[in-house]
Amino acid sequence: MAYSDIVMDHFKNPRNVGEIPDADGLGEVGNPVCGDMMSVYIKVEGDRLTDVKFKTFGCGAAIAVSSMITEMAKGKTLDEAMKISNKDVAQALGGLPPNKLHCSNLGADALHSAIKNYLDRKAGKVPREDVEKEPHHKPKLEGCYCPYCEKKVAEEAPFCLFCGTEIPHEHDH
Amino acid sequence: MALIYLDHQSATPLHPQVKEAMINYMETVFGNPSSDHQVGHPAAEALARARSQVAALINAQPQEIVFTSGGTEANNTALKGVAIGLREKGRHIITSNIEHKSVLNALRTLRLLDYQVTSLDVDNYGLVDPGAVEKAIQPGTILISIMLANNEIGTREPIADIAKIAQKRKIIMHTDAVAAVGVMPVDVQQLGVNLLSLAANQFYGPQGVGALYVRRRTPVWPLLDGGVQENKRRAGTENMLGIVGLGAAAAEAQAEMPEQLPRLQALKERLAHGLLAGIPEIRINGHPTQCLPNLLSVSVEYIEGESLMLMLDDEGIIVATRSACASGSLRASHVLIGTGLDFATAQGTLVFTLGWENTEADIDRVLTVMPGVVQTLRNMSPLYKKEHTG
Repeated sequence: MAYSDIVMDHFKNPRNVGEIPDADGLGEVGNPVCGDMMSVYIKVEGDRLTDVKFKTFGCGAAIAVSSMITEMAKGKTLDEAMKISNKDVAQALGGLPPNKLHCSNLGADALHSAIKNYLDRKAGKVPREDVEKEPHHKPKLEGCYCPYCEKKVAEEAPFCLFCGTEIPHEHDH
Repeated sequence: MALIYLDHQSATPLHPQVKEAMINYMETVFGNPSSDHQVGHPAAEALARARSQVAALINAQPQEIVFTSGGTEANNTALKGVAIGLREKGRHIITSNIEHKSVLNALRTLRLLDYQVTSLDVDNYGLVDPGAVEKAIQPGTILISIMLANNEIGTREPIADIAKIAQKRKIIMHTDAVAAVGVMPVDVQQLGVNLLSLAANQFYGPQGVGALYVRRRTPVWPLLDGGVQENKRRAGTENMLGIVGLGAAAAEAQAEMPEQLPRLQALKERLAHGLLAGIPEIRINGHPTQCLPNLLSVSVEYIEGESLMLMLDDEGIIVATRSACASGSLRASHVLIGTGLDFATAQGTLVFTLGWENTEADIDRVLTVMPGVVQTLRNMSPLYKKEHTG
């Protein structure tokens, strides 16, 4: 099993699953094409997060990340919550497999998006009912490109045939 | 709680007879089959026996069997070997979009060496159209490679029909039969192919050993150069322990298939019908009848496959997923997308592959556990809510 015990615990017993019907802010990141999609709902009193809930479409890591971010954010001030990074979430989970750090570790992004949504609503930029959606990940250019010389390379090529540089696995960063 | 293992596509347990044959060999023989002395002779005899056993399973002649390190090497040898062997005749190869990566990536290498590859689309069931193969033939076409049965959706391709076209046009025909050999009857004479790949770990043999069937006079240049082993088609001292295991597994598969094939087919139908009856908004992938008897691919709407696989794992039910996340690639399965499935649905796909130790009780346990697990994940999914509240 590549997942830590903390990840498996949050995956099997996720905290704060669900929606907040009268949420003050909603953040949505990811999309099913990438494999993971998270919605984070927040309730705010003063400058403090009094409730945080989530719904997630995704792998075990994505669900554990969502559960962890709700626990980390609850009771924090907005400023404190904005300082939580995706890396902090991964650390709190006892680490994530390298190939999950990229696509599944969207919890802090979703939380920050929800807080921005709340602030925008407060500033009158967004009608309360309206849900601000983070743009989906930009669709990648069809095919895979060498990060060094930018020539098109085969998806599973071990190194770039044009410049000779080793190509890191898509998930290894 | 005993595990219910439904991922025989990834690995099969060793058949007890296979294990016995391997242990017996390990304890009694160590010679090199190429050595013409009394220590080498028992090894040469074991090699010949295994070759006959594998040949018998697919109705070939023993001298047409080339042992390899598995299905991947067999596929690479077939494609690159023919490309080199016929390089003066032509440089065009025809394949399909849903082949195993060992075929797709071997052809990637050949493209780099200025071979041209036509990769054919499949229909929604994953079927290749023999008419489309015929249309794709060019004057320089040297090889057609289409799999016998797909390892992700189970669809069986019309290989005999395609091989007839190949034969008529004097083109070499290869089929990757790794998912089929040992599971269903495979007969190289009926299929009419020149080359066929198989692997032992699909039918209760050891991992790391397989074979390429090479019909006589097929121009296959070796992938590995060296000595004259394997009829000069594959150099290097033989993996004798693996080969003995493969031979024993072939013999057992041939003996047990008449009883096991209908049994597996019935278990698969029980699983398919039970899932369709018990879980709304799922779909069965692949062809409804032209399909492997032991493989069921199911896509579950609104949820992602890896989380489903992990929850079933926690219940002692072992299955495979085709979600991009778990397979280590960012993209959804090229096979599922090739059949026209959308990305989100493809992400929620499980592959059940049944084996000889599975029982009706195993299937019923899956049917009891899976609806609840699916509902738990759907209740967590933002996609499910959207679809179900309008």
